[in-house]
Amino acid sequence: MKKFATLKSRAVPLNISNIDTDQIIPARFLKTTNKKGFGDNLFRDWRFDKVGNLKSNFPLNKPIYSGSILVVGNNFGCGSSREHAAWALTDYGFKVIISSFFADIFKANALNNGLLAVEVSDEFLNYLFKLIEENNKIEIIVNLKKQTINIDGESMSTSFEIDSYKKTCLIKGHDDIAFLLSQKEKIISFEKQNINSK
Amino acid sequence: MKKTLFDKVWDSHVVESIKKGPQILYIDKHLIHEVTSPQAFNELKKRKIPIFRPKQILATADHNTPTIDQHLPVRDKLSRNQLSQLSKNCTENNIMLYNLGHKYNGIVHVIAPELGITQPGMTIVCGDSHTSTHGAFGAIAFGIGTSQVAQVFASQCVLINKPKSLRVTVNGCLKKGVLPKDVILYIISKLGTNAGTGYFCEYAGKVFENMSMEGRMTVCNMSIEMGARGGMIAPDQTTFDYLVGRKYVTKGHKFDEKVAFWKTLKTDTGAKFDKEYYFEAEDISPMITYGTNPGMGIKITEDIPVKNNESFEKSLEYMNLTKGESLINKEINYVFIGSCTNSRIEDFRVAANYIKGKQKAKNVTAWLVPGSRQVRAQIKAEGLQNIFEAAGFVLREPGCSACLAMNDDKIPKGEYCISTSNRNFEGRQGPGARTILASPLVAAATAIKGKIIDITQENS
Repeated sequence: MKKFATLKSRAVPLNISNIDTDQIIPARFLKTTNKKGFGDNLFRDWRFDKVGNLKSNFPLNKPIYSGSILVVGNNFGCGSSREHAAWALTDYGFKVIISSFFADIFKANALNNGLLAVEVSDEFLNYLFKLIEENNKIEIIVNLKKQTINIDGESMSTSFEIDSYKKTCLIKGHDDIAFLLSQKEKIISFEKQNINSK
Repeated sequence: MKKTLFDKVWDSHVVESIKKGPQILYIDKHLIHEVTSPQAFNELKKRKIPIFRPKQILATADHNTPTIDQHLPVRDKLSRNQLSQLSKNCTENNIMLYNLGHKYNGIVHVIAPELGITQPGMTIVCGDSHTSTHGAFGAIAFGIGTSQVAQVFASQCVLINKPKSLRVTVNGCLKKGVLPKDVILYIISKLGTNAGTGYFCEYAGKVFENMSMEGRMTVCNMSIEMGARGGMIAPDQTTFDYLVGRKYVTKGHKFDEKVAFWKTLKTDTGAKFDKEYYFEAEDISPMITYGTNPGMGIKITEDIPVKNNESFEKSLEYMNLTKGESLINKEINYVFIGSCTNSRIEDFRVAANYIKGKQKAKNVTAWLVPGSRQVRAQIKAEGLQNIFEAAGFVLREPGCSACLAMNDDKIPKGEYCISTSNRNFEGRQGPGARTILASPLVAAATAIKGKIIDITQENS
């Protein structure tokens, strides 16, 4: 997993609530056996028309927006547990997603892929949408170590929560497997008293 | 201290709590399928890590499989490759696989319960959000991503923060024609699609106590549609009667010992939940959805609500429906009875009971897809297949099918489908397809009439 420290970037706004993982990556693209290339079909049916041309009114296709931060409406990533959604977002080039609320499984999948899913208040989220609408060149600074979001040239900022274990994993670029393997002895001793292991 | 059912099962599976971090939760059973496992196998192979407990893993092919001609090679090259990858991975790692055509093959959330792999008090995970289904047995069961599938392969554990607890109580007696699917669609329509996010949900009260195991599975299955990681129902005599004699369930006095333990798996009187909701059975009617998330549900006789917000309007635009419109008499050309929500024997009994002696409407294409080979065999054994065929229906072979349309079972663009599945998201059943979620009874009636009818006015 790639390390994450601080990111300063412009942002793409996608002000829609309840975006489910079927929209992020439709099931018909889940037939491969590796993690590559999912970015091509990110938001497939919203980004492209039926003959495969880009839809000009979809925010990701608007040339005025760019950057590796995606700002989205609440309850992002609900529905299917497919990690392909996180792979599609990172493959496309996003490194941070900001929302006021993420679905549980999506958030875990994102963090397991070094994609920082940051939860802010509804007020701050609306402020971000407004700010980007007014000035699409504005840059957002996400500092994982300090757990803060600042806006370049603006006084408004906010802090965000992340559990310290996951924070360390992201900063060091570690995933959970190595940690779990280091706990093998405890796991084996647990099995001896687990009723369902008998 | 008073404990909830969820606390009892969770706490007994914690290997270790990390300071200011997640817990290491031990997993009793790990279910896998062809779509969300290959990248996890690759990861372990790349890092030369062996599978820690292959005997606790069960594999099936279900998401990406055809529902006709399963004895022939799979035509789609990518699907065929994904299925052969699963076979290869299972063979190399000594994992039990019920492959396409095997007498125990079927949808992962249908076969594990019917084989008795799912048992009360267990922790169960699968790379599929509808793993919540298994909570019907008083197990903690939840969906995980592929990175976590790899974690469980490597250590038989997941790293996870303990969710908060939520209880939904429904008391009273369900009205005629109201099925478990209506109960869960009603609950989600009242609570919304994110009321459960961050929570594990227990369903309690007379309605669930009186429900069959199949019905309880339908309810727990859709817990994820209100955002909850999982749902649970305390095991009782109905659970024990369902489990006795199943393939992977112990027999004789050992079974009695298990039952004695399972009986302790219930919420203590006075235990506290982080959130509680109460509903009355008499308020629940047959339900349908009209929008593009499972929370957008109404009584079948109700008009689509009038709301003025962008997401709501975008949703109705996709569905080509208008505010204030009634869906009664709406012509429907596609009906799907299947999916891990409603593809068990009881669902087909309900459908057959309505269909018996009637004829399928000419405009309707109907897909009847049993959840497993065993369900299919039982449909035949009980004479239901004859009823379906006499009415003009074809019974297909098991799989996830049109629920997520990974295979050829896609609803054409712009068409409505009355579906017993769990998600009405945009494009879920095929690009441009318009899904209306309902119970197997409403689906069967629609297939006969060719349009949505007020099922509460029907005699049979």
